[in-house]
Amino acid sequence: MTVTVLLFASYAEALGASSLALELSDEATVADVISSVRAHRGADKLPSAPLVAVNQQYADAAAPVRDGDEVAIIPPVAGG
Amino acid sequence: MTPLATLVRSPIDPVRLVQAVSSPGNGAVILFLGAVRQVNDGRDVTGIDYAAYEGMALRELQAIVDEGAQRFGTSDVVVEHRLGELTVEDISVGIAVGHAHRDAAYAVSRWVIEELKRRVPIWKREHYTDGKRQWVDPSGHTAVGSKQ
Repeated sequence: MTVTVLLFASYAEALGASSLALELSDEATVADVISSVRAHRGADKLPSAPLVAVNQQYADAAAPVRDGDEVAIIPPVAGG
Repeated sequence: MTPLATLVRSPIDPVRLVQAVSSPGNGAVILFLGAVRQVNDGRDVTGIDYAAYEGMALRELQAIVDEGAQRFGTSDVVVEHRLGELTVEDISVGIAVGHAHRDAAYAVSRWVIEELKRRVPIWKREHYTDGKRQWVDPSGHTAVGSKQ
């Protein structure tokens, strides 16, 4: 299956991209998505357990992902 | 009115926010404005650009005003957050609350800004006088995305 990973702010700068298309095995989880992202250049700048949202909702590492999901890796938020 | 959250790319109009939450039953109207500060962590700031995961940011902001309204017993809550390039003294966020009584109005206003800072996926990059730009990392604070 394919998921779209969205990167923002300092994470987008670190990886040099604002989105990635990842091929994952069925039954993959958020943790598998992060592992796959770590293979990309610049991903060493990500924290050990980055915050993630799946389809715009915060999700934990064990949450399943499905084909076509939008998985966002969220840097420390700084609104206001 | 119903609680309303908006992301904008043009200047925030505080008067319009106040008007949106004013009503004959509201004895208290609170307006909070966040503005770009000239000095942050000892560095001279000339401006800030704000970026967001827009779909999710809007969804979280709307959830915050809906929840705030429900918790504190008013439907008159509006929040506007600006995105894009801002300069010193520009308003980055505006929150207006109308309530029958001031204690609850202050409480809603405070709750909304603290929740916004904790969970809405918005980021800011400061511009410094030496021309450098840097994303602000509020690690050590209570933001949901802070490093652990």
